Amino acid sequence: MRLMTAVMALILFSTSAYAIDTEEAFDDPELQARYEKIIDEVRCLKCQNQTIKDSNAFLASDLRREIRRMLEEGMTDAEIYGFLVDRYGDFALYNPRASGKTLVLWIVPAVLLLLGGLALANIVRRRVAMPIDGDEGDTN
Amino acid sequence: MWKYFAPLVIFGLLVLLLMSGLGKDPSRLPSPLIEKPAPQFDLPSLTRPGETLGTADFDGVALVNVWATWCVGCRQEHGFLMELAESGAIPIYGLNWRDDRTEALRFLDTLGDPYVDSAYDGDGRVGIDWGVYGAPETFLIGKDGTVLYKHLGPLNWPLWQEFFVPHLESEGVTQ
Repeated sequence: MRLMTAVMALILFSTSAYAIDTEEAFDDPELQARYEKIIDEVRCLKCQNQTIKDSNAFLASDLRREIRRMLEEGMTDAEIYGFLVDRYGDFALYNPRASGKTLVLWIVPAVLLLLGGLALANIVRRRVAMPIDGDEGDTN
Repeated sequence: MWKYFAPLVIFGLLVLLLMSGLGKDPSRLPSPLIEKPAPQFDLPSLTRPGETLGTADFDGVALVNVWATWCVGCRQEHGFLMELAESGAIPIYGLNWRDDRTEALRFLDTLGDPYVDSAYDGDGRVGIDWGVYGAPETFLIGKDGTVLYKHLGPLNWPLWQEFFVPHLESEGVTQ
């Protein structure tokens, strides 16, 4: 029984072993963390709706290799994202930068939230002002 | 009155917004390279051993066609590229992307070689500089070395007429 449980647990957690990226990790854990964060935010253009971390398309592995090289060369995250946007456009990033054409993506949700909040406040205020049914009957 | 019509108006606006997206193909991404200088490269030539082919070799308007033997669309457009090369309208340079050299040479041997020459980009470095994400892709380079237009997918004569010829005419190249 205990063996069964152990096997089940192993199967349950084995998915993380099917990693796509088979490259060796960076020696510097900080660099590795930045690398993993970046590849999780870059779209695989060939296989849209996947990040280059999740995709084994060769374009994804090419992009991972380039990002690895740029990190080793000491480029900043912003420079690396800039490199990708210059070549593939803003669409390449899952977390688009708040500038130019993508600004609307950042502003619209805030505006909608504000409008929704105002509408809600308006409704609540009106409801509060309404008489409660049956109140008159109870005032004897 | 507004109270009853507001949902209808909002619905109408939403329909217009969503309808504008219906005809769009999300796999066709606009290239940020348009009207920018073509990214420079200097790569080994595919067909001439020991020599290189690069952007410095372009002389006037040029067509850069990204191809590979594993790419089905490239086979589809190959006949058109042969005809275009024969017409002498524009020099076609190949970028043999992420391919096997021997296979690529056999491909050209069997189907004919429409290219002035092909640059061999085995590891896809130059492909990334050009924002390539799926072959075939075709770039039209102007006289001053800027990218005038990028086409995704296999080409044919009607597409050529529709998308490339107007750019060529504005560059002063007549067919």
